[in-house]
Amino acid sequence: MTDIPAGSMPVPATQGAPATKVRGYWGNVWNKLRYDPVTLFCMGLILLIILSAVFAPWLAPLDPEKSSMANRLRPIGHPKFLLGTDEQGRDILSRLLYGGRVSLMMGIVPVVFATLIGGAFGIIAGYYGGKVNMVIMRTMDVFFAFPSVLLAVAIAGSLGGGIGNQMLTLTVVLIPPICRVAETATSQVRSLDFVDAARASGASTLSILFTHVLINVLSPVLVYASTLVSISIILAAGLSFLGLGVSPPTADWGLMLSTLRQAIYVQPLVTALPGIAILITSIAFNLVSDGLRQAMDVKA
Amino acid sequence: MTDLIDTPASPAPDPRDRGGPAQPMLIVENIKKYFPIRAGLLNKQVAEVKAVDDISFYVLKGETLGIVGESGCGKSTLARLLMYLIDKDEGHLILDGDTVGEKSGVGLDGLRRSLQMVFQDSYSSLNPRLPIEQSIAYGPRVQGAKPRQAKEQARALLDQVGLLPDRFGQRYPHELSGGQKQRVNIARALALDPRLLILDEAVSALDKSVEAQVLNLLGDLKQALNLTYIFISHDLHVVRFISDRVLVMYLGQVVEIGPVDKLYENPLHPYTQALLACRLSMDPDERVEAAPLAGDPPNPVNPPSGCRFHTRCPHAEEICMAKAPPLGDVLRADPQDHLAACHMVKPGSGHSKAPATLAELFNI
Repeated sequence: MTDIPAGSMPVPATQGAPATKVRGYWGNVWNKLRYDPVTLFCMGLILLIILSAVFAPWLAPLDPEKSSMANRLRPIGHPKFLLGTDEQGRDILSRLLYGGRVSLMMGIVPVVFATLIGGAFGIIAGYYGGKVNMVIMRTMDVFFAFPSVLLAVAIAGSLGGGIGNQMLTLTVVLIPPICRVAETATSQVRSLDFVDAARASGASTLSILFTHVLINVLSPVLVYASTLVSISIILAAGLSFLGLGVSPPTADWGLMLSTLRQAIYVQPLVTALPGIAILITSIAFNLVSDGLRQAMDVKA
Repeated sequence: MTDLIDTPASPAPDPRDRGGPAQPMLIVENIKKYFPIRAGLLNKQVAEVKAVDDISFYVLKGETLGIVGESGCGKSTLARLLMYLIDKDEGHLILDGDTVGEKSGVGLDGLRRSLQMVFQDSYSSLNPRLPIEQSIAYGPRVQGAKPRQAKEQARALLDQVGLLPDRFGQRYPHELSGGQKQRVNIARALALDPRLLILDEAVSALDKSVEAQVLNLLGDLKQALNLTYIFISHDLHVVRFISDRVLVMYLGQVVEIGPVDKLYENPLHPYTQALLACRLSMDPDERVEAAPLAGDPPNPVNPPSGCRFHTRCPHAEEICMAKAPPLGDVLRADPQDHLAACHMVKPGSGHSKAPATLAELFNI
């Protein structure tokens, strides 16, 4: 290097490309989503399902809990009951709309709480490492040792039925997987130099966690949490099916499936309807999380 | 361009000075870091890696100290120890006359403001989710600057490292080239107005032309901001270009230290001689055909007895295996002194090639 004469090196010329319009991170994500018709369609579908659940009282043609013995097990396309009736003569369409309220709540509320709790534990475990990590993650491993359905049944069985207990059960079941994802993402970020650089500038741990770690851990955790929504809906339906969730006559997709199964030889199509509702909702959530994962990858 | 080689350690008075111009910027005293190796059922400590083993040196104000050595000799561990990113086992740091981390001395916050570091990997040292302007402004923000003030400072720094703030400020790291990212890293390190910058392989990952630009930038910044550098690298040409003094490390210890010209023209330690022989020449007739040094460095878990280099040294004798050669009192030595930890340069050490007197060694 010594033999390079002074002044022979080019003047720093890092003027790069002409100024382009700069988008923020979320702007970039949205820009990628715009060209992804499948994800957009599924997002629209989820919005529609949420809206139909929210506005169920206005949309439902009949009272979902009013039975009528004269109109039991009507087929699909009946002039008064558009999607038929169940074994107690209740309108399936109205029950599906109202049942969506419970099922969506079961899908979203436990995932939100599990993300907050599991995410916090995961970030703490990943950032501090060592003994803290060991205590938190080994505790999570205990929960991992049981299949999630079995764990849910065990907890719900000991707590008893009801919406509140069902949500609590699902939250507990969903915390370990989210914690695991957050821990992995955090320990990867933790080893990068910018965290050391932040420490070298005298930042407190809290400031580093919020400014540098959270922002990088957020997208893997959010993507993973969105896949759990459908799992949570299915688990909730399973618990209701087993009688460990909401109790009759409240409308719930899982409970509807459970009670209608006795009529499967009489009205197979009507019996399948709550299952189809669960299927469409969970597929929509899964496809959206797939799309989000691609859109949230910065480097792509 | 600034000519770095002939830049004397200028005692220009600086208002931030506390110890006077003659007080070294940083004194490192007998610093040690052993990493434990744990194994077995009870996680007992079975051994330790002597990553940094009793290192002492000082850096004068306005000086550039080059640190060279093989991969794994403890250069980066040393840098992280100086930054307090990992805790040292033993030793002291004296920053401009004040002991760091003691009641009477300067606190960790003061150290952080005076000492900053540029990391080797320009990509992983920037947060991928923050626009670079915010990455630079983060340091001043956590030290209590107002958001607007920190932003203004970040923009001024971007301008100073040769990046137009309007064009680059809002960009994310993945939208910049390697050289641009390293400029941002330098700007980020400068944001707290430090006195001493540790450059840990800061230009090693860049291609040669960009490396030259960044080196020139470092030279200009040093003049403009009255900085002191510790320049860690394995590129001996670059170290010669930028350094005033050079420190050679081998297996966690200092084997030789001296002014750059003396050390490059008359390397005393066989390891330094071998390192310098590895340099690539510009002349194809003088190409290096045989590796001057065979084998891997020994395991730092169980360093060789006596002189740690004796397993690979062509001049090794009995005495080298039995006794570790002292480097001399580095902290009391003159900056112009050229010291080496080798029995061959210590008069009366018992090595057959040792000089009878010091005069013989320097052919006076």
